[in-house]
Amino acid sequence: MNLIVNGVEREIESAPLTTLLDVLREELDVTSPKAGCEQGGCGACTVLVDGEPQRACLTAVGVVDGAEITTAEGLGTPDDLSPIQQAFTHHYAAQCGFCTAGMMLAAEAYVRRGGTDDREAIQEALAGHVCRCTGYVKIIDAVAAVARGDSFDLTVTAPSQGMTNLGGVS
Amino acid sequence: MTQTTEVLLPTSADEAASLFGDGKGITVIAGGTVVLPEITHRRLVPTRTLLLARAGLDKLAVDGSSVTVGAGVLVGRLAELADDVKALAQCALNVADYEIRRQATVGGNVCATAGRDAPRGDLQGPFLALDATVRSVGESGESSQPIEEFLANRSGRLLLDLRFEKPARSAFAAIDYPHTHAYTVLAVTGVRTTSGETRLAVTGVAGPARRLPSAEAAADDPEKAGAAAVGDVAFADDALASAWYRGRTLPSLVGRVLGELGEAS
Repeated sequence: MNLIVNGVEREIESAPLTTLLDVLREELDVTSPKAGCEQGGCGACTVLVDGEPQRACLTAVGVVDGAEITTAEGLGTPDDLSPIQQAFTHHYAAQCGFCTAGMMLAAEAYVRRGGTDDREAIQEALAGHVCRCTGYVKIIDAVAAVARGDSFDLTVTAPSQGMTNLGGVS
Repeated sequence: MTQTTEVLLPTSADEAASLFGDGKGITVIAGGTVVLPEITHRRLVPTRTLLLARAGLDKLAVDGSSVTVGAGVLVGRLAELADDVKALAQCALNVADYEIRRQATVGGNVCATAGRDAPRGDLQGPFLALDATVRSVGESGESSQPIEEFLANRSGRLLLDLRFEKPARSAFAAIDYPHTHAYTVLAVTGVRTTSGETRLAVTGVAGPARRLPSAEAAADDPEKAGAAAVGDVAFADDALASAWYRGRTLPSLVGRVLGELGEAS
């Protein structure tokens, strides 16, 4: 079996029923997809399979033989962050970071398919992703900013836009 | 563990049926959303595994008044039927989340048995209300039977597709669930057939989805129908809700569905 992981073709030795998550983390040492619940409920293992977000923990590698896999490592580099990575940085949308890779890939797919900065639509797109730090407001701020096409100054942190929308803290 | 498993990857429906045979000793994986965690957490150690991903069972077709849904159709694709069968599309969009709906299949959802902590089989209710016919293969070869019969004895059968007639109207109502889980707690589907019959089914009760015959008989009076529905089914406690809560909520869902179907006078 073969996978194209972040643009690089990799031969896979794991058995066909091994989860894509285990193949990425244990065989290929690609560790941004996280093993959270390992039953599809938390979203931390989400990667892009041929451009669409998919739970790596629910995917037998034999089913995606030959597919293009994109993980957070494939979005940008430390010196050249992708827009979604810049947005998460600028909006302080990562706290412990465990959900961040999955959130960013779901957000990347949302923006690619023409998603807008509508907060309810973003919530629906990210509904399968749980943030154990409950940092949802800033995550949604970040995704909305990318959907709007904002540019980001990474030397400062943006004030949260979401709190006013929630009608709460002033 | 998985190293010793024989993995079969058919590339056609006929090949899948042939490899499935009588179903004995076969673990079927379509989308994988139910089965993969069982394997990962070693609650299931398959010896022969049939992967359906490339078996071509993904036909979704509307031909005049007749609708065919292949077992391999992704749950999210049922949204395409919003103009034909609104309730089925609504139910599909109520399943889990965007990613799961793009991976889970109709066949897997219909065939799923109850989970340990939550009900499964969201789509069983709509297909029951639609009086779908299930085509499957297994020990006795290929057969077509009403979904009610299939659900009662689906072990050892490989679901190929479901067929039904487009209804005149349909409606769907479910208990809202919080962001922290994505399971259907309780949901009711109602169908008004082209001949004027009202059919109601509920998902989230003990066992597979069930028809609500007493409620159907009282469909002209939503309040009476809601009360009657409680006697048609058994409820179970699980991690999502108590049997008591489900029993208290079902009449409201039945009333909403009948109201939308226009049964209220």
